[in-house]
Amino acid sequence: MKTKSLKAQNNSLSKTEKQLEILANGIFKDGSLPTFKKKIASNNLPPIRPKKLEILQLNVGYMCNQVCAHCHVDAGPDRKEIMTYKTMEQILKVIKNTKIRTIDLTGGAPEMHPEFRWFVEELRKTDVEEIIVRSNLTILLANKKYNDLPAFFAKHKVHVISSLPFYKREKTDRQRGNGVFESSIKALQMLNKVGYGVLESDLQLDLVYNPSGAFLPGNQAALETDFKKALFEDFGVKFNQLFTITNLPISRFLDYLIASENYEEYMHTLVDAFNPSALENVMCTNTLSVSWEGFLFDCDFNQMLNLKVDIPSRHISEFNQDELKNRFIILSQHCYGCTAGAGSSCQGSIA
Amino acid sequence: MKKNYYQPEDLKKFGSISEWNEDLGAKFFDYYNSVFEKGSLTKREKSLIALAVSHVVQCPYCIDAYTKDCLQRGIVKEDMMEAVHVGAAIKAGAALVHGVQMMNRHDQLSM
Ligand code: SF4
Ligand code: SF4
Repeated sequence: MKTKSLKAQNNSLSKTEKQLEILANGIFKDGSLPTFKKKIASNNLPPIRPKKLEILQLNVGYMCNQVCAHCHVDAGPDRKEIMTYKTMEQILKVIKNTKIRTIDLTGGAPEMHPEFRWFVEELRKTDVEEIIVRSNLTILLANKKYNDLPAFFAKHKVHVISSLPFYKREKTDRQRGNGVFESSIKALQMLNKVGYGVLESDLQLDLVYNPSGAFLPGNQAALETDFKKALFEDFGVKFNQLFTITNLPISRFLDYLIASENYEEYMHTLVDAFNPSALENVMCTNTLSVSWEGFLFDCDFNQMLNLKVDIPSRHISEFNQDELKNRFIILSQHCYGCTAGAGSSCQGSIA
Repeated sequence: MKKNYYQPEDLKKFGSISEWNEDLGAKFFDYYNSVFEKGSLTKREKSLIALAVSHVVQCPYCIDAYTKDCLQRGIVKEDMMEAVHVGAAIKAGAALVHGVQMMNRHDQLSM
């Protein structure tokens, strides 16, 4: 298991241009596979366009206590990028002037941001209905100062969405690091204890499953049943829903695909599984992603590829809803990850 | 001609067998897909059976395909290996049970 980000390793893939180059060349250049845009056109499908903006996904920084092998953010303890107080204030201002339903906080580990609690409290004072925190679970046990986070989440009715690659130790630890499974289970038990994921409560706890390797996630409902049964029988853990998410071929997962000589086969798998009905609900149709620097992106993946929204006002400080509504979404071959099989988004399958 | 009997990329071309006999090809794929639909057995159970049989018939294409299928269904490697042993045990048993025929024949021919 590597313990450094691609950036800290000086890996050439930490450069977004390099990733985009790989995705544009090779099998997509020599015509073995159609580009994403060609695939849409050859199916006579309309281009992906933004619908009503419902979710603002905020990436508050790339710092994380983990260094997961598949991480599309290339997050880790060595990443220092972090959202400034000023940017957070600009975001709050935008939220107050728009009808955004959901705020989705992600990172890195968003809880590590020094202003995290203040920010959640301020968000709660606005009209947003839902505040999601994407918690990696282990952070709750990483330091004493995080131990009371479950109570904090409960107090502010935060919707917790957490990654747990599998309901058994081995696969989880291989993807996320040694000991991650055990701490994750403990963290889930802490969340259950304050009322998360249990029937009588409205505190929502969802889990995210993403495959630990070069294959697609199986059926979401079937996996949810397996997870629920195993986690409850083995550890007494309960949760609400399981979201299956496909690994997109960018950043550390792309590095893994290439190093393990799985890249071409994986891209074939994604393209073969192209599902036109997923296209309508891909994330970029109702979500906007904001980076730690305050720039706007069609989605978190485009953020990691540094593909800013294709309009003049690209920063949260110049948020322009008309421009955003009429923008064209920037697509590349990584988008095949959103449309494969049952489709994939931060809320699980979409078709 | 390629130098190997089996090419991994040929699996993707499986569908092309219909090109030389559309009618029978279509019938086969239709049947094949129906077999793997959920019935009394779950898709997960069928995937493990398919994996075991793939080993017994020693088809490298089927082994590739059903290992991946099992992974997608969240089947752990220990379960996969158990299934392979079930297939192998039947195959070994099938060989060994013929030992009775050998014994019968031996006794018949011997004084
Ligand atoms: S916990 Fe999440 S952000 Fe952190 S390294 Fe793992 S996948 Fe990346
Ligand atoms: S990767 Fe982003 S831009 Fe591409 S389809 Fe998915 S959500 Fe849309």
